[in-house]
Amino acid sequence: MSSNAITIPGTQIEARPWVDELHQWVTTVDHKRLGILYILSALLFLAIGGVEALIIRIQLMRPHNDFVSPEVFNRMFTMHGTTMIFFVAMPVLFGFANYLVPLMIGARDMAFPRLNAFSFWLSFLGALLLYFSFLGGSGLYGAGNAPDVGWWSYAPLGARAFSPGHSSDYWTLALLVSGFGSIGTAINIIATILCLRCPGMKINRMPLLVWMNLVMAGMVLIAITPLSAAQIMLLIDRYLGGHFFDTQAGGSAVLWMHFFWIFGHPEVYILIIPCFAFMSEIIPVFSRKPIFGYPVMVAATVCIAFVSMSVWAHHMFTIGMNSYANSFFTLTTMVVGIPTGIKIFNWIGTMWGGRIQFKTPMLFSIAFLFQFLIAGLTGIMMAASPFDWQLSLSYFVVAHFHYVIVGGILFALFGAFYYWYPKMTGRMLSERLGKWHFWLFFIGFHLTFDVMHIPGILGMPRRIYTYEPGRGWDTLNFIITIGAFIQALAILVFLANLVISYFRGARAGNDPWDAWTLEWSVSSPPPAYNFATVPTVSSRRPLWDLKHPEDPDSRYE
Amino acid sequence: MLKMKSSTLRLLAQTTLLFFWAAMTAWASEPKVSPSNGTNIFAPASTPAKSIADLSVFVLVVTGLIFAVVFTLLLYSVVKFRGRAKDAGREPAQVYGSTQIELAWTIIPILIVVVLFLATARIIHAIQDAQEPADAIQVTAIGHQYWWEFRYPRLGIVTANELHIPVSDPSHPTPTFLQLLSADTDHSFWVPELAGKTDLIPNHPNRMWMDPQRTGIFFGQCAQYCGTQHAKMLLRVSVDTPEDFAAWVRAQQSPAVEDTSAIAGRRVFESNACMNCHAVAGTPADGRFGPDLTHLMSRTTIAAGAANNTHDNLRLWIQDPSAIKPGSLMPSMKLSDADLDAVVTYMETLR
Repeated sequence: MSSNAITIPGTQIEARPWVDELHQWVTTVDHKRLGILYILSALLFLAIGGVEALIIRIQLMRPHNDFVSPEVFNRMFTMHGTTMIFFVAMPVLFGFANYLVPLMIGARDMAFPRLNAFSFWLSFLGALLLYFSFLGGSGLYGAGNAPDVGWWSYAPLGARAFSPGHSSDYWTLALLVSGFGSIGTAINIIATILCLRCPGMKINRMPLLVWMNLVMAGMVLIAITPLSAAQIMLLIDRYLGGHFFDTQAGGSAVLWMHFFWIFGHPEVYILIIPCFAFMSEIIPVFSRKPIFGYPVMVAATVCIAFVSMSVWAHHMFTIGMNSYANSFFTLTTMVVGIPTGIKIFNWIGTMWGGRIQFKTPMLFSIAFLFQFLIAGLTGIMMAASPFDWQLSLSYFVVAHFHYVIVGGILFALFGAFYYWYPKMTGRMLSERLGKWHFWLFFIGFHLTFDVMHIPGILGMPRRIYTYEPGRGWDTLNFIITIGAFIQALAILVFLANLVISYFRGARAGNDPWDAWTLEWSVSSPPPAYNFATVPTVSSRRPLWDLKHPEDPDSRYE
Repeated sequence: MLKMKSSTLRLLAQTTLLFFWAAMTAWASEPKVSPSNGTNIFAPASTPAKSIADLSVFVLVVTGLIFAVVFTLLLYSVVKFRGRAKDAGREPAQVYGSTQIELAWTIIPILIVVVLFLATARIIHAIQDAQEPADAIQVTAIGHQYWWEFRYPRLGIVTANELHIPVSDPSHPTPTFLQLLSADTDHSFWVPELAGKTDLIPNHPNRMWMDPQRTGIFFGQCAQYCGTQHAKMLLRVSVDTPEDFAAWVRAQQSPAVEDTSAIAGRRVFESNACMNCHAVAGTPADGRFGPDLTHLMSRTTIAAGAANNTHDNLRLWIQDPSAIKPGSLMPSMKLSDADLDAVVTYMETLR
């Protein structure tokens, strides 16, 4: 079969009934369609989690506000946190990994396409279970119920004595089920990368995105398992008379904290490492230079993965560990800053001497660097455990991790959306709306989360549904709420851009950014089989070699 | 081409301005040191809070310097290496890396980490491993869903929500050591100007200490999410002069005032479920589930700081606790107006 005989699906216009089309999406095992399903489900839950955040912010915009009851407020922050971590951040990153990894290594699909579909639908089922709690939390009659235990559900608050009914069981089941989905996806990503690379793509020639997703998937295997184990133990406590975390029967609340955070901290890196991966693809292309220090970037990523497994108890500095444990976790937490700093330097090194093009993906990437730098430095502050005794559980820590998750992860993700949307749909996202999106979100983000550090310093704890006037928190909280609404407006611009550009965007062509990795060698969107003939590569930038036969990378590697 | 260039430049100018704007906001919003009664972690009034604040300033300076250096590099490369119209179609020199530079930006951060770690470890040790002097004030603080129980084992005092401790003279320190317990879920004791927070966890006794060096009322509240009314689990610490503290101790040690004028209210109190949860020393009421009421009128607030201890608030609280604190575990006893007034009168005799 010769490659020019193949037509691109999607350009064939067939009048297919929509049920048929829907059926194809539901039963698909194509990594690209599953990737898009992951991304769409994440966008849906981003909107829901965003509305929950706005409810929280309206309630807190002035002291003694009674927009919602304390019960509803507690459900909102629980659902917001759980949704954003498990049903927005993880699925959207898995979606991009699913879509991009096979294309970047010259493979025709993931190693286990059916497992891939199974994993996606498990994760989605998890999300539906979590939201079913609004209806079924206390049986079907209990309208308006949902878990209110916080996204880490500390023992013994999650025990039956303090959380009667079924709302927190839906939380447990949602995390358990979606955890199985995550493990399936992680196995799939690892197998795909290890077994399906095209000829010539040695492990040290893989694009950094592929490397980092390999590391991320390895971390998922290690980190999700203790979470799943803890959820099963919690179910045993709640329904089979177990006493793992039941303090009134001699169980240990601290044990739950260890289980949760030995998942919870690697989880942060599971989320941020794929974002490092986006940065490591986008920054070189828009600086027109190869990544600075490829082997060091790989080593730093692996190093972060290892060290991040030994920092979990820095979430527990206030629980009364002894001074040696506190010192140990202070040290490991500061150490993890070293490879992270090396990455920031390498990205700046990549821009250094380049010719930077300020397209929307690059704007988000530069903002990522700026914000991730600050997030890392506030992280160092909290690594100093005595400082953390003041900052932990306050609004400072809320500002810090939103700086990581919004300022870091979400900005990187937006960069990835603008960069790969043309590949996924064949249409460019509007640069004009993109700039509006960027500047609105940038302003809203800083208004909210820069200011949010201060009430923490002034003693405002997190997770309070109201506060007394006259503590110096009033104006600050009002500004934070305004920022949140500007961010929401920016998200609306983004969603509008996604929809409008899908129908009206400029045609992208195969390679709109003049990029260097294999996904840009195929049509946009790629055919179901990806590559008509499996490519052969001889360097880290196969398309650079094709475009510059006089000066190929393969000469230097 | 020219058009593209000017739009790029405009964009750059905007970027720079916004970075500056962000930096300015951060600078302008530096916390102002509050005089007293605040909850500012940079206005410490006791040794642990002071050592933490000093360490914090050191860490802030170091991280501030790192920020300045890296941000300058970032800003410089964004401005200096922006794509120009005349370069269109040409690629810059393809540089793959440099071992020397990588080594430099690995070793320098390692040195910074060593310094930060040693400075931090010193403070951890100084605060956590401090010896408890034999004459320290001992308090057992027990977290409840949504209030604080304070017991002074050596003084035989039980009170709630408002902790009284003596001011500590640096030349002759009288620190207070708290043992932290929980009756139900996890809580966290946080009075920012006196010490960092420490959690109260069931089956996991913790310890913290403070030696306040100025008198006054210090605010704080529960910092670990503990349930529906986590927000209204407020704390106040009254740091008294040694004389005031001694007077307070004497008053708290005395039994409940027997005031015959309130006998009707007492009867209502003891014939309803009130006494199952609340104790009044010297009477049959010895419940442990709610705050001890023996000297209720010595406290300035009720419902863990949710309301001032006034006649009207007290009446409203007993009539319908959820009006002040929805989700509070105290039930409404559905008392008649006459009984309600009688109980409030009784409460007001408990000085």
